[in-house]
Amino acid sequence: MTAFPCKLAVLVALVLSTGAAVAPARAQSAVADGQKLAFDRGKGNCLTCHVIKGGDLPGTIGPELKDLKAKYPDRNELTAIIFDETKRNPQTMMPPFGRNRILTEQEISAIVDFLQTL
Amino acid sequence: MKTRSALLLGSLSAALVAFALTSPRVVAADKVDPVADAKAFQNFFFQKFPDVKHEDFVNGPYSMNADMKRQWQEKEEFPPYEFALDAGKEMFATPFKNGKTYADCFPNGGVGIRQNYPYFDEKEGKVVTLELALNRCREANGEAPYSYVKDEMASLTAYMAFTSRGKPMDIKIPDDPRALAAFENGKRYFYTRRGQMNFSCASCHVQSPGERIRAEVLAPALGILNAMPIYRSEWSGMGTTSRRFVTCNSQTRAVPLEPQSDEYRDVEYFLSYVANGLPISGPGARP
Repeated sequence: MTAFPCKLAVLVALVLSTGAAVAPARAQSAVADGQKLAFDRGKGNCLTCHVIKGGDLPGTIGPELKDLKAKYPDRNELTAIIFDETKRNPQTMMPPFGRNRILTEQEISAIVDFLQTL
Repeated sequence: MKTRSALLLGSLSAALVAFALTSPRVVAADKVDPVADAKAFQNFFFQKFPDVKHEDFVNGPYSMNADMKRQWQEKEEFPPYEFALDAGKEMFATPFKNGKTYADCFPNGGVGIRQNYPYFDEKEGKVVTLELALNRCREANGEAPYSYVKDEMASLTAYMAFTSRGKPMDIKIPDDPRALAAFENGKRYFYTRRGQMNFSCASCHVQSPGERIRAEVLAPALGILNAMPIYRSEWSGMGTTSRRFVTCNSQTRAVPLEPQSDEYRDVEYFLSYVANGLPISGPGARP
């Protein structure tokens, strides 16, 4: 808890110092990181339940992940679903990735970046 | 001690009566009713899968998927549990050092009795599973107990299940508040979410049977124990009901209990009771 603001401050400083010119490259690497996390069996492991373009052997429990930017224009909504979907739907199978610390907030953010490209 | 518990029981029942008089609806809903539970449980699956023959649920994922079923039926000509089955048959017939055998510990010489396990032992006040009874038999005859999860235990139960194939599961719940409490405790465990993934047993096996997780098809909870023990390709070997419970817990990042702990025994009691009437199909083979 105490480490987090520190990390954030470092991150903010880093972003400010590197400037706006490298922003698209950073965004791209966040998308790539997000995809990696989403497909990683020990992390998001989203393919266990969802069909995702570019992923092998998807499961069928959840809906296919596509057109997510149209479905959820507000990225906070996607973030909230990944963080703890039981808040919206107590019956959901979806693990509360944020609440149960399966993923960090940064990892969830990268996954949201990736999901918005689908 | 006796008078104290009698007093306690008396005041408890007085309180219950008072409670019943003030809100009879709530009390009725809270009453443990295994008969109604089993009926509702079975009807849920029968209605969710109207095309699956009732006796087919005991074949787990194969009852949910025609392609998998075909592949499995071909494999059954040379089943992967055959080695364990042969070993179990031999072990069962081999006397202990004291000259007695497993047959001496069980009704009907241990043949064709799988469908009666687990049972509630009124003397002990607890659920007794087949694995537990087998190890107690060994220890009573001066032999060391086996691991509850695989190897010899799986071989022995494979043989005992095989001699019981086709017999309808026939679990009894005696009119004993402790037996009802064990059933209720197993039911509670089954429906409670736990672990980092926040799954209950029911999340996968009631809410999602027939669905795929990656390439695997989730088995229906109805009759899931009738096929035990099983050869799992994923394990490259045989496993008992205990092994299945432990791995289910760890795969969902929950803390597994000790094999044959009271709570696992209660879960087995609940799951077996609600499968009453469905045939024993073990030993089984699963991906």
